Amino acid sequence: MVGIVTYGSYVPLYRIKTAEIARIWGDEPSHPEKGLGIKSKTVPAYDEDAATIAVEALRNALRRKNIPGERIGAIFVGSESHPYAVKPTASLIAEVVGAYNAHAADLEFACKAGTAAMQNVYAMVKAGMIDYGIAIGTDTSQGQPGDALDYSASAGGTAYIIGKDEVIAEINHTISFVTDTPDFWRREGQRYPSHGGRFTGEPAYFKHVMTAAKRLMEEMGTGPKDYDYAVFHQPNGKFPLRVGKRLGFTKEQIEQGLLTPYIGNTYSGATPTGLSAVLDVAKPGDRIIAVSFGSGAGSDAFDITVTDEIEKFNRDAAPKIWDQIKRAKYIDYAQYLKFRRMIVEVD
Amino acid sequence: MREVAIIGAGETKYGEHWDKSLRDLVVEAGLKAVEDANITADDVQAIFGGNMSAGSFVGQDHVGALIADFAGVADKKIPAMRIESACASGAAALHAGYMAIASGMYDIVLVGGVEKMTDLPGDMVTDILAGAADREWEVFLGATFPALAAMMARRYMHEFGMTKEQMALFPVIAHKHGALNPDAHFQREITVDAVLKAPMVADPLTIMNCSPVSDGSAAVVLTSADMARKYTDSPIKISASAFANEYISLHSRESLIRSVSTIEAGRKAYKMAKKEPKDIDLVEIHDAFSIIAIEGIEDLGFAKKGEAWKLAEEGQLNLDGSLPYNPSGGLKAKGHPVGATGVGQVVEIVKQLRNEAGKRQVDGAEVGLAHNVGGTMTSSIVHILEVM
Amino acid sequence: MVVPRFWRERRYRYSLIGTRCPVCGTVYFPPRNVCPKCGRESVGKMEEFQLSGKGEVYSYTVVHQNVLGYKYQKPYVMAIVQTPEGPRITGQIVDIDPEEVHIGMPVRAVFRRIAEDGKAGIIQYGYKFVKDE
Repeated sequence: MVGIVTYGSYVPLYRIKTAEIARIWGDEPSHPEKGLGIKSKTVPAYDEDAATIAVEALRNALRRKNIPGERIGAIFVGSESHPYAVKPTASLIAEVVGAYNAHAADLEFACKAGTAAMQNVYAMVKAGMIDYGIAIGTDTSQGQPGDALDYSASAGGTAYIIGKDEVIAEINHTISFVTDTPDFWRREGQRYPSHGGRFTGEPAYFKHVMTAAKRLMEEMGTGPKDYDYAVFHQPNGKFPLRVGKRLGFTKEQIEQGLLTPYIGNTYSGATPTGLSAVLDVAKPGDRIIAVSFGSGAGSDAFDITVTDEIEKFNRDAAPKIWDQIKRAKYIDYAQYLKFRRMIVEVD
Repeated sequence: MREVAIIGAGETKYGEHWDKSLRDLVVEAGLKAVEDANITADDVQAIFGGNMSAGSFVGQDHVGALIADFAGVADKKIPAMRIESACASGAAALHAGYMAIASGMYDIVLVGGVEKMTDLPGDMVTDILAGAADREWEVFLGATFPALAAMMARRYMHEFGMTKEQMALFPVIAHKHGALNPDAHFQREITVDAVLKAPMVADPLTIMNCSPVSDGSAAVVLTSADMARKYTDSPIKISASAFANEYISLHSRESLIRSVSTIEAGRKAYKMAKKEPKDIDLVEIHDAFSIIAIEGIEDLGFAKKGEAWKLAEEGQLNLDGSLPYNPSGGLKAKGHPVGATGVGQVVEIVKQLRNEAGKRQVDGAEVGLAHNVGGTMTSSIVHILEVM
Repeated sequence: MVVPRFWRERRYRYSLIGTRCPVCGTVYFPPRNVCPKCGRESVGKMEEFQLSGKGEVYSYTVVHQNVLGYKYQKPYVMAIVQTPEGPRITGQIVDIDPEEVHIGMPVRAVFRRIAEDGKAGIIQYGYKFVKDE
C-alpha cells in the first residue's frame, strides 16, 4: 500500500479582507466576495517566503508523525515563488530535516507543482526506490496591485510524507492531463504574472480539471457518489463549486476542502491544503477525489482512501487547517504593501 | 612596578566636526596633551591609541602609525599601536600605557583616544557599533546596541520596579553638567518630561536615554610618579587601572541587572588604590545608555542594587552632592566618540583634580574614579586618580 | 557576497542545535567548543544538543530604529528567551502586536528569513519566536 504517512499545513497569520483591497482600487467592497467568492486572503509576513512556509508545514507533519531524516529518500518542493530563481528550495528542506541522502528537486507548474511533487514521490515509493519521500506545495504568490489577482493571490503550503508503512490514506490511483494552454504566465525577470483574463476559465481550468477527473473516475470505475469528499483546485471560491457541479458532485462533498474563500489562492499549496483539511476530519474508509490545476496547463487527479491507521495517527499534534484559518490578524492595504515588499525601496 | 602619573591632558571639543578628519582630531588632542605636559613630541617614547572602529567608520586601519605620522614623529620610529575594546577602547589604551610606564619599559608615553563617527549615515553607525556585541548570535538576529541596553533596562525595571521617570533623572543630570562644559556635544539642560517624550529608540529607551554619535579625541601623557614633578607642578597619580571582562552576549550571562565585569574591575581598582567608594570625590560613569550608568553606580558600590535612582532623586549626583556624577556631562551630554571616551573621562578628572574645571568644578576634589565599559558592560575598566 | 560565514552555522540556525558539556551537563546555545565551567576537561568532548524551541520571554524590547537590513520591519520585537533546557537565546518575536509581549510570555521557535545579503545575495534563514498558544 502506497499513500500518505503524515501531513501538515501552514498558512501565515496575517490576512487582508478583499473589501479592503477593493477600497484602495475604487471597486465596490462587496464585489470580490460576490464575484470571486473570496472574503479574505493570507499575507506572508515580511520574513516569510515559500521556503519558510514549506518548513513550517513540514514541521507540522513531523509533529504528527516523526520520520527520521535518514529514512527520507526524496524531497520535491513545488512552487511558483521559490525564493531563488536558481538555488533549490529542496536542499534547504533536506538540511532542515537532515535528509542528506535524499533525491531533492524543485518543481514549478503554476498552481499544480504541489500535486506534481506528490506524484513524483508516489512513483518513487511505488517503484521501490525509496521508503519515504517528502512532497511539498508552497507559495507566496503575488498579483500585480490593482489586478484581479490582487484579490486572490495568497500564501500557504502543505507537506506530505508518502511511504508504504503505516499509511493513513492510500493513494489508489493518480493520473494527469496536460496541454500547452498559456492562460497564465510570468516571463523570466518579470515581477508579476500576466494572465488571459476570462481565457483562464473554460479552455484552461474547466477543460483540464474535468478531463482529468473524468478519466480518473473512468479508470477506477467510479462516479461522484463513490466519494465522501472532493477537492478541486481553488483559484477562487466559485470555480471549484462550479466544476464540481458539472461533474456531478454536491456542495457538501466539496465544502470541507474549500479554503479559498478565507485564505485566497495559495497556488501550489491550494489542492494539497484543501486535501489536508479533509484529512483533518476524515474517518477510516472515507474516499477522496482531489484534482489540481496548473496554468499552462495541466491537472493531476488522485483517488484516495483513508485507512484504519488514521485512528492511531496523532492528528492533534499539529494545528488543523480550519483552526489555523480561524486564527487571523487582519491588516490594511498599506501594511500589506509593506509585508509584500511592494513599497519602492530606494537603496 | 612603578607608580604612574599623568603630566599632561588635552582634548578636542566633542560633537559633529564636519570639517575635521580622524587624523585632524587625534593630532589636535595629542598636541594639546603634549603641550600641557611641557614636553615636545620628540620626548614621547611610545603611543597607545584607543579606537574602536576607524576601519569601518572611515576605512582607516593602522591607526597607531597614522597618529605617529601626523603628530609629526614618524622620523622618531617609535612604537605606536591601536588598542581596541569597543567603547572601552580609550580606557584600554590607558591601561596599556599604564602598564608600559609601570613596567619600566618606557618613561614617557602618549595615550590617545579618537573616533570619527559622523562621516557615515546613522543606520551604518548603528551597525558598526553593534559589532561590540556578538555579531553572529545577537546582532545578526536584529539586536542593535540600544536594543540590547533596552533589554537590560526592561529586566532591571521588572526586577526592581524602577520607573521610566526615575531612569530619566540620569540624562537630566548629565545635561545639567554638560551645560557647564564648553567642550560638550550638548550644552543645554533637559527635563524628565523631554526624556520621556523623545522619540523611542528601543522601548523603554528614548533617544534621550542614549548617548549621541560624536566625533572627538582626547589624550594624556604618562610618566612615572617619581619623574612627574620634573615636568609639572600638578601631576595626577593613577592609583588604579583595573580591567575585567565577561560573556560578550547578554544571553550568556547569569543576570542582566548587574555587570560582573564592573563589579570585578571596581573591586580590583579599590584594592589597588587602597580606597573605598566613600573616598571617591567625583565619578565619570559610562552612561552610553541610562541603564548602564545605573548598574555602574550600583556595581561600583555607590548605591544598593536597585536604588541608584534614589541618589539621583536626592540630588546626591549633583556637583555639590555626595557623589558628583559626570561633571563633564558624561557620554550623554559631553558626547561619546567611542574610542576617545575612556581617555576623555580621565582628562575631565585631571581637570577637576587640578581645580581647572571652571563652572563645573567640584569643590575640593582630590580623588576621582572613571568607569568606561565596552559592549553591554562586557569589558569594564576602572581608573582611580588622585592628586599627589 | 558573504556566503561561508552563514553557511557554516546553518544547522545551528535552522534547527536550534546547541552543545552540551558531557562533564557537567550544561547545555549551551550558541554552540561552544569549550565549556566555561569545565575548561580543558571539556575540550574535544562537547556534544551537539537539540533544543526544543520552547521558552519564555526573559526580557524584550521594541526596536524603532532604522537598522540595516531590518528597516522595513520596524517596529519589531527583540527578545531574550529563556529555554527550559538552560540557555537563553536572543531572537525576534514575530506575528504579535508589540503591546502584547510581556516578560514570562511563553514562546516557541519558528523558521523565518533572518537576513538577506542585499537583493542579489544569499537569503539567511533561522529561528525567530512566536507566542506559544
